[in-house]
Amino acid sequence: MAEKSSSNQQKGTGPDTRGTLRRILQSIRPYRFLVVLSLLLSVASVLLTLYIPILTGDAVDLIIDRGLVDFAGLLRIIRNILICILLTAVFQWLMNHINNKITYHIVQDLRTRAFCHLQKLPLSFIDSHPSGDLISRVITDIEQFSDGLLMGFTQLFSGVVTIVGTILFMLSIHPLITLVVVVLSPMSFFIAGFISRKTFLMFQKQSETRGDLTALTDEMLGNLKTVIAFDHQEEAQEEFRKINEELAGYSLKATFFSSLTNPTTRFMYAAIYAGVTIAGCFTVIHGGLSVGQLSSFLSYTNQYTKPFNEITGVITEFQNSLASAGRVFTLLDQEALPDDETGNVLTNVKGQVDLEHVFFSYTPEKKLIEDFSLQVRPGQRIAIVGPTGCGKTTLINLLMRFYDTDSGTIRVDGQDIRGVSRSSLRANYGMVLQETWLKSATIRENITYGCPDATEEEMIRAAKEAHAHSFIMRMPQGYDTVIGEDGGSLSQGQKQLLCIARVMLRLPPMLILDEATSSIDTMTEIRIQKAFSRMMTGRTSFIVAHRLSTIREADVILVMRDGHILEQGDHETLLKKGGFYAELYNSQFAPV
Amino acid sequence: MKRLLHYLKKNRKEAILAPLFKMLEASFELIIPLVVARIIDVGINSRDFGYILRMGGLMILLGVVGLASSVTAQFFAAKAATCAGTAMRNDLFAHIQSFSYQEIDRLGTSTLITRMTSDINQVQNGVNMFLRLFLRSPFVVIGAMIMAFAVDAHTASAFGVSIPVLFAVVFAILLVSMPLYRKVQQQLDRLLLSTRENLLGVRVVRAFNRQKSEMQQFGDDSRELYRRQIYVGKISALLNPVTYVIINLGIIAILWIGGGRVNIGMLSQGQVIALINYMSQILVELIKLANLIILLSRASASLNRVNSIFDIRSSLQEGSRILNTSPGSVSGPMVAFRNVTFCYGGSREPSLTDITFEAAAGETIGVIGGTGSGKTTLVNLIPRFYDATSGSVEIAGQNVRELDSTSLRAAIGIVPQRAALFRGTLRDNMRWGKKDASDEEIWRALEIAQAREFVDSREMGLALPIEQGGRNLSGGQKQRLTIARALVRNPRILILDDSASALDFATDARLRKAIHEHTEGTTVFLVSQRVATVKNADRILVLDDGHLAACGTHTELLKSSEIYREICESQLTREEMEKDG
Repeated sequence: MAEKSSSNQQKGTGPDTRGTLRRILQSIRPYRFLVVLSLLLSVASVLLTLYIPILTGDAVDLIIDRGLVDFAGLLRIIRNILICILLTAVFQWLMNHINNKITYHIVQDLRTRAFCHLQKLPLSFIDSHPSGDLISRVITDIEQFSDGLLMGFTQLFSGVVTIVGTILFMLSIHPLITLVVVVLSPMSFFIAGFISRKTFLMFQKQSETRGDLTALTDEMLGNLKTVIAFDHQEEAQEEFRKINEELAGYSLKATFFSSLTNPTTRFMYAAIYAGVTIAGCFTVIHGGLSVGQLSSFLSYTNQYTKPFNEITGVITEFQNSLASAGRVFTLLDQEALPDDETGNVLTNVKGQVDLEHVFFSYTPEKKLIEDFSLQVRPGQRIAIVGPTGCGKTTLINLLMRFYDTDSGTIRVDGQDIRGVSRSSLRANYGMVLQETWLKSATIRENITYGCPDATEEEMIRAAKEAHAHSFIMRMPQGYDTVIGEDGGSLSQGQKQLLCIARVMLRLPPMLILDEATSSIDTMTEIRIQKAFSRMMTGRTSFIVAHRLSTIREADVILVMRDGHILEQGDHETLLKKGGFYAELYNSQFAPV
Repeated sequence: MKRLLHYLKKNRKEAILAPLFKMLEASFELIIPLVVARIIDVGINSRDFGYILRMGGLMILLGVVGLASSVTAQFFAAKAATCAGTAMRNDLFAHIQSFSYQEIDRLGTSTLITRMTSDINQVQNGVNMFLRLFLRSPFVVIGAMIMAFAVDAHTASAFGVSIPVLFAVVFAILLVSMPLYRKVQQQLDRLLLSTRENLLGVRVVRAFNRQKSEMQQFGDDSRELYRRQIYVGKISALLNPVTYVIINLGIIAILWIGGGRVNIGMLSQGQVIALINYMSQILVELIKLANLIILLSRASASLNRVNSIFDIRSSLQEGSRILNTSPGSVSGPMVAFRNVTFCYGGSREPSLTDITFEAAAGETIGVIGGTGSGKTTLVNLIPRFYDATSGSVEIAGQNVRELDSTSLRAAIGIVPQRAALFRGTLRDNMRWGKKDASDEEIWRALEIAQAREFVDSREMGLALPIEQGGRNLSGGQKQRLTIARALVRNPRILILDDSASALDFATDARLRKAIHEHTEGTTVFLVSQRVATVKNADRILVLDDGHLAACGTHTELLKSSEIYREICESQLTREEMEKDG
């Protein structure tokens, strides 16, 4: 509908990585003591983990041969190992727990902030962004960010510490053999990188083709009834089979290539292991190393190579989460509406509404409302008429101040609505839209949505006046029945009645009503009509009208088409004028 | 499981060889610690450099052979899994297309789409990992244990104790944390629902000034998510430290018992190192196994969901007679309902009760009534999208149950309420109605459907690209194209199911006029809530709560049917009613 801020959409695509990183660090700042603690624990547990092979090696050196076993020494070492592993275990658990605490806190905070920000953004932003996109920023992107952050905390740092620590420990045992490990290991890194570059291409093709297949599935199964009605199954199947076959090719290659990383790196480790064994044994023979130290060395070789793989994984994950965080920050950077709660407040409204020389358009290129003036006296009825998509929501947007006019003023009881707080303006309007919106909560919570502290009697009275009481009482838990998403199992008409009850409870001096075009059964429709007319008595009402009786009884009819207001006047005047309204009116009842 | 085996059978060779090669690789890995032990015990003690080099060479050779068999295994596994997934996807798509409306209503299209996409991907991935790891990991664990016992049964008792304990602990943590993770997911879904709701209802939220309380509620929900995450985090964070402790306790036991055995000459120093290496290998594999089990439990849940779709059979039995409706071949009514009663599956109350009427060739029948009165249900029985629960629906004198559905539907042009168009050109979309339609035929249909004007204005002719779901068109344009699509096949029966609701009154009127003029001999069903749409039909069926309340022309019904009068009163003014009455 509104394209006003489409330029904002573009901003999100090119995230400023450094800026994002700085903001992430900023959000970590309040937890810096925990972060330091977590890092210390990580260093301690890594060092202890690395110390254990040395102890084990020492123990092996005490077990030399028949009769050459030093049991007292062995016992002492075992005691030390025991202390080390228990400490490591405790440190590891604490570190994990602290990391969880930091990450989930930051994420909870960010998510709540993002949600609150949505509530403060101008409608022009929300209207011009698909809701799916905004939802995925608040939910999926933040989830991705959380995963990356957590992995970064737990694995990145400890991985680096492990690598550095291992090299130091190995150096302390024997520098020359360490060289064998350090020189050989980048090769496995190199091979893994080579494979993953090749694989990436295949994965890209796989996900493209998979996207095509999903689109086709979505289209054909989403409209399966139409497919069946036109006997189009065979063609659909053929098209599906073709894309599916293509996918099979890419999928096989992507799966196979990506599964090469593990065996090849494993092979590289095996080679390094063999190299260390040979070099180690030679050194042992020359007396530069004990057998126990050799066994420590072999353990290190195993440990040293593992973090490399993990770190590559973490880096990809971290890149993804940077991109996600960038999208969330872009959302947070959108300018919110200024807080106007301290402004003037509309009170004792009678319902006089004046529009003076109003100009408005969503985009500068497409002019909509131009120089529109209208005086509405308290209690008058204004019918808005026109074909679907004629722009009736534009007028509602302006009256409720969801959007501000480009120029010209709207006054309520003589006060410019831009001079009063939005909430006090809106509190004076009751709005029932055709697209009924209910919360997934109890019926009670829905009716009292505008008046949370209404009494039970007031609520029931409102429901009775809206003709909703009887069907509510027939529901399993009456007013405490929880209705599901989008109104759940309620019929369209019942939902509309609940929306009416919601407004009935407040009964503000001005109303905005939207008559249903279809999909309501006759009996309910009559009830809604009755409820509407009861509400309108003595209140200024703007009605998006489809029903001839409503139109004819209106004090002023606004005829709209493509967002423009073509004509205004009462029924007789407009008929005489012989314009678009007359054409509309006659065509509906013209003989075929 | 049975169905999955069926798909794996097509690649039986690969499916069997993949795990076998994986085991081969694992067995080479299991030999390495023994080789190292030999190098230490023999090579170092006898200072035999040649021996050490030979054995080192053997280790690299074992690595090469291991690499070769592992690559083979990965390829076979990928192939078997991809083929199984592809075939399953094809079959499921075909299977779903064989469903009748009854099954589609029951399952819902979004469910079907998820089964087709993410569930099958999940299964394919599961098969791949299963073939690769499921034999390997237990094989290494058990193999390492057997090797340890072969080295020295006495010392290996450390394995006998620590491995079962390790298993028990790993699975206990998994069992406890998995349901907790589900709870985390549920809470996240709540947040998602809340965000979605607030975006869709943004106008209502603001109109009622409820932004603050919505924020507060979201904050509460978000804090609850945090609590659940921390709780499950505490438990699953146990996994690493606990396994670490157990394995190292095992190593301590090896050192102590092994020390005693070395002292009495029953074990060598190199063999103690080999035993320690086996212990470390087991830890690595066990963690892989735990991850695999999480993955497999997801995959098998997906497999079950896919299977449950495969198990559903279409409820319609295909007839065999070919319908012939060429002009002149039909004597008697074109469409006849005889005492038709219809219940939707699972519903006790019938949606249509005892409906009887006949419609001749060339007649225009209006169908009117409130929502839920059964209008759409009635017209959906004509192309046999559903079967009548009792009574019969006849086309050209033949029961639809006995007719070949392709020939039946070829005679009918239907325009559903929801205008569905497909990605492709305008021409592609129009040919859904008639596979070999010529451009002239298409243009003629577009003209009748009042679509020519806007198609011309786009200046791309029939090559006009249509986006998925017709996103690049307005509601009214889509409706006119779906009407044209039905007209292309020049149907003997045309059904318009409330399909002009997005058109303005004038276009609607022109459309009805054009259809009336250009479809001579065609039986037309006009379903609508608007009196204005149906009032000029040859006959109007008035439905009320599934019953045929009245039947006749507009003027007749105004006199005889109270319900019809009531509908008119709510839509027309008194003068208009008096004019007709």
